[in-house]
Amino acid sequence: MPYVSHTPQDQDAMCAAIGVRDPRDLFREIPDAVRLSRINLPGGLTELELSRRMRELAAKTEGTHSFDSYLGAGSYEHFIPSVVSAIVSRGEFETAYTPYQAEASQGTLQWIFEFQSLIAKLTGMDVANASHYDGASALAEGAMLATFARKRPRILISETVHPEYRRVVRTYLSGLDVELVEIPMLAGGRPDWEQAERLLDERVNALLVSSPNFFGQLEDIEVIAPRVHKAGALLVESSNPIALALVKTPGEHGADVSVGEAQPLGLAPAWGGPYCGWFAARQELTRRLPGRLVSETRDRNGRKAYVLTLQTREQHIRREKATSNICTNQGLCALTATVTLACLGPEGLKEMAELNTSLSHYAYDRLLEIDGVTPFTSGPFFNEFAVRFPKTTQAINLKLLKKGIIGGFDLGRIRKDWAHACLFAVTETKTEEKIDRLVQEIKACLI
Amino acid sequence: MSHLTREEPTLAELSRPKKRAVKFPRAACAKDSQPLIPAQYLRKTRPRLPELSELDVVRHFTRLSKLNFSIDTHFYPLGSCTMKYNPKRNDTLSTLQPFLWAHPAQPEELSQGILEILYELEQALVEICGVRRFSLQPAAGAQAEFTGLMIVRAWHRDHGNDKKIVLVPDTSHGTNPASAALVGYQVQTVKSDERGLVDLGDLESHLGPRVACLMLTNPNTLGRFEVHIQKIAKMIHMVGGLLYYDGANLNPLLGTARPGDMGFDIVHLNLHKTFSTPHGGGGPGAGPIGVADRLVPYLPAPLIGRDGGCYFLEPAHPKSIGRVHAFYGNANILIKAFIYIKTLGAEGLKRVGEASVLNANYLLTRLEKIFHVPYPGRCMHEFVVSTLKENPHGIRTLDVAKRLLDFGFHSPTIYFPINVKEAMMIEPTETESRETLDHFVETLETIADEARHHPERLRQSPHTLAVSRPDEVAAARTPKLVWDEPPLASPDKSPEGILALKSQR
Repeated sequence: MPYVSHTPQDQDAMCAAIGVRDPRDLFREIPDAVRLSRINLPGGLTELELSRRMRELAAKTEGTHSFDSYLGAGSYEHFIPSVVSAIVSRGEFETAYTPYQAEASQGTLQWIFEFQSLIAKLTGMDVANASHYDGASALAEGAMLATFARKRPRILISETVHPEYRRVVRTYLSGLDVELVEIPMLAGGRPDWEQAERLLDERVNALLVSSPNFFGQLEDIEVIAPRVHKAGALLVESSNPIALALVKTPGEHGADVSVGEAQPLGLAPAWGGPYCGWFAARQELTRRLPGRLVSETRDRNGRKAYVLTLQTREQHIRREKATSNICTNQGLCALTATVTLACLGPEGLKEMAELNTSLSHYAYDRLLEIDGVTPFTSGPFFNEFAVRFPKTTQAINLKLLKKGIIGGFDLGRIRKDWAHACLFAVTETKTEEKIDRLVQEIKACLI
Repeated sequence: MSHLTREEPTLAELSRPKKRAVKFPRAACAKDSQPLIPAQYLRKTRPRLPELSELDVVRHFTRLSKLNFSIDTHFYPLGSCTMKYNPKRNDTLSTLQPFLWAHPAQPEELSQGILEILYELEQALVEICGVRRFSLQPAAGAQAEFTGLMIVRAWHRDHGNDKKIVLVPDTSHGTNPASAALVGYQVQTVKSDERGLVDLGDLESHLGPRVACLMLTNPNTLGRFEVHIQKIAKMIHMVGGLLYYDGANLNPLLGTARPGDMGFDIVHLNLHKTFSTPHGGGGPGAGPIGVADRLVPYLPAPLIGRDGGCYFLEPAHPKSIGRVHAFYGNANILIKAFIYIKTLGAEGLKRVGEASVLNANYLLTRLEKIFHVPYPGRCMHEFVVSTLKENPHGIRTLDVAKRLLDFGFHSPTIYFPINVKEAMMIEPTETESRETLDHFVETLETIADEARHHPERLRQSPHTLAVSRPDEVAAARTPKLVWDEPPLASPDKSPEGILALKSQR
C-alpha cells in the first residue's frame, strides 16, 4: 500500500504498545452482521500503470485545447498566465487546512483578505466573503440572504438569468416558505422590466438579475434598481468578472448584493468544476453575509494579523441558527482568481475585456453577413451573443464538429422553439482568422 | 518560518503605477470609430486593482505560502478532518490537458473519457458504501447534507408525510443542524450515553411520527463505533424516518463495513477527507451523495449512464430534487478521488482503514498517560482527550494547541465535540509514520512538563511564528474585510481606451 509507511516491525511494536496482536483486533466492536469480508473492487495499480490508464481516458476526451470552441453559457475559455499554476500548485497552499488556527495559516488568511478586497474593488461593493461553491450557489445564497433580511414571501428572478442558476436557486429556496417568480424575457434576450415593476411590491424580498445575462446581453439594471429599492426589496446582481473591467459595476447599478462566477479568472472549464462563486455586498449587510470572512486585526505583540471573523454567524458555532450551512470556501479556486487578478492588474484586465469585445463583435457582424442568419439577441453585449440559423443549431454543430470546431451553445437545449438559435462566446483565445474559418464553415453548412 | 520577521504587505501596498505582468495583443479588427458598447453601459472609472510586475506577484505569493502549515510540511492531527497525505499523482494525472479543457456543455461524444471516469467512480463508491447509486454533483460535504435532506423531505412529501423534525446527536458536526434548518426542519438533539454512544433511551424519547430523519456519523466524533447501529436503524425506520450517514468518519471503515449494510438510507462522502483530495486551505471539496434503492429517483440530475461502451448524461427523473450545481459538480476533484481509489484497490482501501485505527489507538495508548480521557477504552480512527492530568496552573486546551505550533505540529481539533469540556480531538490518519507519532507524543510530554513548571510559556504561545494570538474580539467588533483605499496611485482615467474601441462597421 503506497501511502501507509509502517514496516512490519513498526506495526508489531505499535500493536504491542496498544496490547493487541493484530490491527484487526481493534475492529472487534463492529457487529459481525455489518462486517464485510471484502469489497468487490479490482486490485490497486502502480503509478506507471495508472498513468497509462489515465492517458487512455484523456485520449477519449476532447476540449477547447483540441478544437476551436465557441461554447460559453456559464463556462469560458480564457488565457491563464503561467504564474497561476506555479503558485496555486504549491503544497503550502494546496495541502493546507481551513485556516482556523490563525498562527499556522497567515498565508491562506492574507490571500483570502486580498481576494475579498479585489472582489469588492472589482464589483464596486463594500465587502466580500471568501467565496462560494460556484456562481449558481452564490446567487442562491443571495436569494436566501434577502429572504432572511426581509422575511417576505417572494423572490423575483429574471428569466434571462442562466437557466441552471435558476434551477439551483429554486432548489435552495424550496426549503423556505418563499415563492420564486420569474420575470419573462422579451424577444431580443432582455427582461420585461414593465412586468418586473408590476410585481415589485411589499411582498418581494429581492429581484435577482444578471448582466451580462445568459444570452450575453447587458441589461438596464439602473432602470430597475430604484424600483426594487422603492419596494423595500434587495437587488442581487450576477456579473462576469472580465466584463467588469469595462461595464458599470453592480455597485454603480445600486445593487445590494453582487455575485458571480470567478471561473473566467484563471480557472479552466474542467468539465464544469471546481469553480468559484463570489459574494459581495453593501456594508450594512456585513453581519448577514453567508460563508467565511477574513478580517485584518493585530496580534498580542501589535503585529498585523489576519483571522477568520464573525464566526458566530457560522454553523460550527450557531448550528441550526447559522446564516448558512457552508463551512468551506472554494479555497484554491479563490486563490487562482486572486493570483490571476494580481497578474492582470487594471490594464491587463481592461485589455483582455477589450479584446473579448472586439472579437465577439467581429464574429457577430461576420455571422450576420451570412445569408439567412439573423440576430437572436439585439442589444449591447460583451463577449457572448446569439443568432438564429435557417437550419437547426444541432445540424450545424454536427457538421462543424467534423471540421474541428465546437459550435456555439444550442439554445434548443433550453427551449424547443429555439432549436435554430445559437449562443456564441468569443474570448481572447480566438483570432480573426479563426472566426473567419468559423464563418466559412457555417456558410458551407448552409449551402 | 521564524526568519520571516517582516509583515508581508498586501497586493495593494505592493502596487506601483504602470507596473504590469500581463499584456494582450490588440485585435486587428479594433479600428473603426463607433463604440461597440454604448456609453451608458460603461464604467466611469477603471477598476481599482493593484499594479504589479510578474516577479512581484511570484515573490508575494511564495512568501505567503511560507506562512502556512500544510500536509506537505506538517503533521495535522485534526480530529474529524482526516488530514491524510494528498498524493501527487492525483494532481498530475487529473490535470492532463483534456481534463482541464473539456467544456461542460460540449457534446457527450467529446467527453467520453471524463464520463467513463465518473461512471466508474460512482460504481466504486456504490460498492464501498453499499448503497444503490451516487450523485457526484454536490460541491462539498455541507452541500451534500443539504442535498440529502432535500431528498429526505421530497421522499416524505411524496408519501404524504409532512414530517418536521431532524434528530442529531450531541456529538454531531455543526453542519448537520445548520443544513437541516436550511431545508426547513426543526432540529432536536439526542444525548450520548456514558460510553459516548447514542443514548438509546433518549433516542426513543425523541422518536415519533414527526421525525423525518436521524443524522449520524459512524464512528462518531468521539471515535466510537455505534455498536447498536442496526437497532438504531430499526428504531428510526419504525417511525417512518430515514437514517442519514454523514461520511466525515468513513475512513476507518473502508473495506470493513458499509453504511448501506448498517441500515443507512442516505450517505454523503467528503472526498477531501477519506479520498485524499487536497483541502486547499478550505476547498474545493466534493460531496457525493449516495442513496438506497427507493430514493434513487430523488437524486440531483443528471446522473451518468452507460449504454454498451458509450457513456451519457441521463435525463432528469421527474422526482429529482433538481440541481445544486450549475454543471455536474467539481469534476476535477472527482477525478482525483478516482485516481486514489484506483491506486489503492480493494486491499489498499482496507489497509487504509486498519492503519488509521492502529495509528489512533497507538496515540491514545500513549497519550492517556498525560491527558484525561473522558471516554476510556479503544477507539476507531480518532479519539478525544480533555485537560492535562497534572494541571496545577489550569492550563487550557487552547494553550496546549497553540504551544504545539511552536514545535511544528498543527493543533488537533479543539473544543469539539461540544459535549466534552476542553476537548481536544485527535485523528492521526493512516499516512503518518510511527516516527512522526512518537515525536508528537514526546512533544506533548514536553508541553505537559511546561504546563507544570512554565505555565506562562504556554499561555503566551506560539513564540516562533509570524503572529501570535491575533485579537479575534477586536476583529469581530470592527471587522476590516477589505483593504484601505488607495495605495493604488494611478489616477483614474475616463475609459477613452474603451470608447476608442472600434469595429469594422
